[in-house]
Amino acid sequence: MKLVTAVIKPFKLDDVRSALESFGVHGMTVSEASGYGRQKGHTEVYRGAEYTVDLVPKIRLEVLLDDGDVDDVVEVIVKTSQTGRIGDGKVWVIPIDSVVRVRTGERGVEAL
Amino acid sequence: MEISAGDTAWVLTSAALVLLMTPGLAFFYGGMVRSKSVLNMMMMSFITIGIVAVLWVLYGYSVAFGDDGNGFWGGLGSVGLSDVAGELAANGGVYPIPFLAFAMFQLMFAIITPALISGAIADRAKFTTWAVFVGLWATLVYFPVAHWVFDFGDDELGGEGDGWLAGLGVLDFAGGTAVHINAGAAGLALAFVLGRRIGWPKTLMKPHNLPFVLLGSALLWFGWFGFNAGSALGANATAAVAFATTMLATATGVLSWLLVERIRDGHLTSLGAASGAVAGLVAITPACAFVTPIGAVAIGFLAGTLCALAVGLKFRFGFDDSLDVVGIHLVGGLVGSLAIGLFASTSVNELGKDGLFYGGGLDVLGTQAVGSFAVLGYSLVITLILGLVLHKTLGFRVSEEDEITGIDLAEHAETAYELFSGGGSSPTTGMATHAAPAERKVNA
Repeated sequence: MKLVTAVIKPFKLDDVRSALESFGVHGMTVSEASGYGRQKGHTEVYRGAEYTVDLVPKIRLEVLLDDGDVDDVVEVIVKTSQTGRIGDGKVWVIPIDSVVRVRTGERGVEAL
Repeated sequence: MEISAGDTAWVLTSAALVLLMTPGLAFFYGGMVRSKSVLNMMMMSFITIGIVAVLWVLYGYSVAFGDDGNGFWGGLGSVGLSDVAGELAANGGVYPIPFLAFAMFQLMFAIITPALISGAIADRAKFTTWAVFVGLWATLVYFPVAHWVFDFGDDELGGEGDGWLAGLGVLDFAGGTAVHINAGAAGLALAFVLGRRIGWPKTLMKPHNLPFVLLGSALLWFGWFGFNAGSALGANATAAVAFATTMLATATGVLSWLLVERIRDGHLTSLGAASGAVAGLVAITPACAFVTPIGAVAIGFLAGTLCALAVGLKFRFGFDDSLDVVGIHLVGGLVGSLAIGLFASTSVNELGKDGLFYGGGLDVLGTQAVGSFAVLGYSLVITLILGLVLHKTLGFRVSEEDEITGIDLAEHAETAYELFSGGGSSPTTGMATHAAPAERKVNA
């Protein structure tokens, strides 16, 4: 099993979510995140005082998957969240030892 | 003797309107600070209502409007509002109004003036010291200065017991000098006494709730009709002039502040719109009953433009006047008080004067400058001394740790926002505990 984590632009969340839904992914965890990569921050002006805000708002989306689905799902996420401009985000995959569904106590792939 | 029902109704309504400005100011300032200090910011205004109201009854009214003093204070003849309750006050109309209506209306001005200062020392002032400061500042600065400017004694000018600036003929209809220049100069002094916030100006201390700021500016705008038009002390033609000029200067202030932003920064900001409104309100305050509607537009334009530029001064000179009490109230107050010398016209109010642009020469401008800088200098010096004494004795700043963790929690044991919906607390004392009384822990 794998955990796919994607950090994407907030306005792409709905697109990515419906693309994953039609692919057959039925669950995910979404959280608001902030950070920066190569694009650095943006500027804000308050009563004429200009500041660079380094941390840019992002969405972090996490999906647990069976090994066989990982490559396709990553491709769906990348394809739907891509704008081609700086700040599009990143997707990474890490292995998972075990998963338990709290309601039933099922373990492993059954719990996905 | 009969009283004027209409005038009394308007003055009482105006008093309530002016009171609303202080909570409005709390929202205006509260939205501009960070989420960890919004309660402290708003409490600095709220406690002012409590302290100044009590002092006003005890001796504040007497020092400001009593008849036993001289040009510099009103004496102690009206302590406890003793000779005021049940009396009637001439307001220039056919019938008088109850003296208590006048006393309560003026109380609201005494409340908001110290509250205005709090914006200069956001996020870092020890709350008990602030409370002591408010009482002493009202006593030493506001009450006497209100006498200088607002007490016309027995008759219109040069009467017995009038304030020395009123006697000189300084025109300040609703408080450009006594309220705004006064609070602005005090804010400048306290910003120096307390010093900069940790991290200022390198760190962005961004407003945590701009809708609060807009709400606050709207409440101020609404209440300000009482402040300015109510200062006519009656439902009369002068009140209508003040109402119209207040509306027009404020609307123009919004536009001119935004114009500066569009040219200088590129964007039209909500903070700029709210600030422009307050700048316009401040500047028209002394002039509201003395200028034409077109004069009010000119004053609003000057105020919005000059205040938008003046808020940058703190970065140039390195003083952390956190919420721009100097840039808006001191500068706006000066703009309005001096603009009377240019735009005043007896065509709208025969008790006023003619300024430079209405054939009056430079005399009015000179008199206005004397009034403005007398109040500025007095407030700056007395506040500086008072602030330094309190800083050396009681301490005026919270600890570094409390300032960084958040002054709300440190000074008030509260936090403004609970965005996490989980549990995580257990009862220590009081109603919430389920333990038998004997087993309650005492929160030492």
